Amino acid sequence: MYFRYLGRELRRRARSAALVAIGLALGVGLVITVTSYAAGVKAAQGQVLSSLYGVGTDLTVTKPPTAGTGGPFRFSGTPSSSAQAGQSFAQDNLTSAGGLTTIPASDVSSISNLKGVAGATGALALSSVHITGTFTGGFGPGASATPTPTPTPTPAPTTTASASPSASGSGFGISTFSVDGIDPTEPGLGLLSGPNIASGASVVQKWFSDVQSGGSSDQTLALVSSAYAKQNSLKAGSTITISSTSSSTSFTVLGVVSVTETDGADIYIPLSEAQSLTGDTNDVNTIYVTADTANDISTVQAEIQKALPSVTVTSASNEASNISGSLSTASNLANSLGLGLSIAVLLAAFVLAVLLTIASVTRRVREFGTLKAIGWHSRRIVGQVMGEALVQGIIGGAVGIGLGVAGAFLVTKISGPLTATVGATGLGSSAPSGFGGGGGFGGGGGGFFGGASPGAFSSAPAGFARTFATSNHSVTLHMTAPLSLEVFGVAAGLAIVGAIIAGAIGGWRAARLQPAVALRRVE
Amino acid sequence: MYELKKLSRVYPKGRGKVAALSGVDLDIPDGEFITVQGLTGHGKTTFLLMLGALDKPTSGKIIFDGKDLGAMPESQLVDVRAQNFGFIFQNYNLLPTLTAEENVEAALVPLRIPTAERRARSTAALTEVGLGDRVGHFPSEMSGGEQQRVAIARALVKEPKVILADEPTGNLDEVTSLEIVALMEKLWKQRGMTLVLVTHDTKVARRAPRTAVITKGKLTMRDNRAPKVGTQGPPGTAKPAGAPKPT
Repeated sequence: MYFRYLGRELRRRARSAALVAIGLALGVGLVITVTSYAAGVKAAQGQVLSSLYGVGTDLTVTKPPTAGTGGPFRFSGTPSSSAQAGQSFAQDNLTSAGGLTTIPASDVSSISNLKGVAGATGALALSSVHITGTFTGGFGPGASATPTPTPTPTPAPTTTASASPSASGSGFGISTFSVDGIDPTEPGLGLLSGPNIASGASVVQKWFSDVQSGGSSDQTLALVSSAYAKQNSLKAGSTITISSTSSSTSFTVLGVVSVTETDGADIYIPLSEAQSLTGDTNDVNTIYVTADTANDISTVQAEIQKALPSVTVTSASNEASNISGSLSTASNLANSLGLGLSIAVLLAAFVLAVLLTIASVTRRVREFGTLKAIGWHSRRIVGQVMGEALVQGIIGGAVGIGLGVAGAFLVTKISGPLTATVGATGLGSSAPSGFGGGGGFGGGGGGFFGGASPGAFSSAPAGFARTFATSNHSVTLHMTAPLSLEVFGVAAGLAIVGAIIAGAIGGWRAARLQPAVALRRVE
Repeated sequence: MYELKKLSRVYPKGRGKVAALSGVDLDIPDGEFITVQGLTGHGKTTFLLMLGALDKPTSGKIIFDGKDLGAMPESQLVDVRAQNFGFIFQNYNLLPTLTAEENVEAALVPLRIPTAERRARSTAALTEVGLGDRVGHFPSEMSGGEQQRVAIARALVKEPKVILADEPTGNLDEVTSLEIVALMEKLWKQRGMTLVLVTHDTKVARRAPRTAVITKGKLTMRDNRAPKVGTQGPPGTAKPAGAPKPT
């Protein structure tokens, strides 16, 4: 009797029941689509963070540059004497990547000893800028003519960028590459840790082994990235020279490696050699830290910050906020517009369900009055109304799941590839915004175009070098909208909850009806 | 069966009040057929709703089988209605989505009778009112007279002590009206239940031994077996002689 009455009643007012079910279905479908979209975005973020940040690292410790420090290293296009006119010049600059301030290597031990820290290793991320050209103009104070260096072919290995500062009107060649000094005693941490190696794991293992146990010649073994090797025709056994303003060291290429991180360096050398080249013999500029467990990360982060107040401690979650590009847009879209739209549609569906149920009860006042007259308890009538609403909710939920699956499928099909770019803060070695952070072009202690004198070529363009070398830290990936039973359950549950709310309100109104009043109702 | 003592029902109307029933005294013994007459809006339906425990008096008492219906909570009144009263309405009040049989069966639902027995009794009740071949028909597929027969079957199926009919012939033509009244009289005589029938039709009203005439909430009794038309009996309390014995 219950189900016959329920089914026939729903069929009688099929249009209104369908409207309620469709409203709920739309809400559920949107919730599923947006949730799966958000899950896809989250997965993409994880993928990006994994590649940009490093699988084996939970926290990265750096020390940001302070304004006015680190420079300016200046290269003037003006020859100091007339004798230099027409002569070629070359100058090397090897500086801390991203203009990062160095951190005492002893801090690595301090961090290692903190509670919850599984391991820590220091690294020295460097940027090399090699400038070449020819003096062609006048010289000295009062010279009326501005020297115009003539660009010369840049020597390999290089990543070349030509710049033409308008202040001097000159042209010259700039080659840049990035260098990471790796602590050979900690093969399980940092950029060259196992999970970060996309290819060349065996040569990395050999490099760690040789550098740790070998003699002085092994200390000049280097690894080069596959992209850099291809660009400069390097292979195992090739020799590369890394120069700073004060010294120069030749390294033998042990092999080619490819890391999953897009901010991987062009050349990897032992930390001690990197320190010797820069003169920072007891310093690092990046410390990679792993926590005992994922739950310890925030605690360790706080402890490091407390122990070393001047450093910046970045976790993957911090880094997520620095992601920009279409992935960030997608994330914002999922989190704000998508969520808001879902809530709005669900609320509208709830309100619609409640209003239509109340309208249905109002139309059936005399019917309920009759049932009360023949002895039906209010709770039976409430149950009837709620049952009808529940069926609408179940239908709406089922249709909504179908809509949600279709929506997720469409999202996967029509969304183009997403790009993600990590911002300048956080990872010292990555410092992708070469024109931004301290020490970069135009930033910090005097920029490329912001130097004290026209034609001055500012120093410490570490970020610039890395940026040019890696052509920004972007990752392109395809969007997916994964679905799960939990999402289906929650979404269908929402539809049913909405229906129950509508049924409860409608049933409550039906229960409150006075039979005498209901029977007097003229229809 | 019924004892009505100084029964009054006052409804609020705007800022004032309207007395639908005012100081009604009446005894209705078991098995009596009584008709109720009066002008529209003078309190007939209110009177019937009171007898059916669908409304409560503002003052006075309505005693049914020794119980004061006015003092009982709704939860108990529902059970009293389910077990004792069968209602027949002018507009039939059938559930449009249920068949004739299901409409009748609905009256047995509150009595917790097994489904098979419910159906058997419903079919029997419909057969008794001449609709044995229409059990599967919906109200929209039946005439007014047939719908009212379904309503009568619904009222009878639970074998109530009292049948309360509110202008059951109000929407029917004269021929059908007479058929319906004849049917109700027949069932009353067969079953010996109390029948209270509200009607505008004096011919119908005179078929009962007594008629309660309600004028502006006041009730007077008329003995329909008196030699002169319009002779009024004493107000209220006298039980009419010669009330048919239940068979």
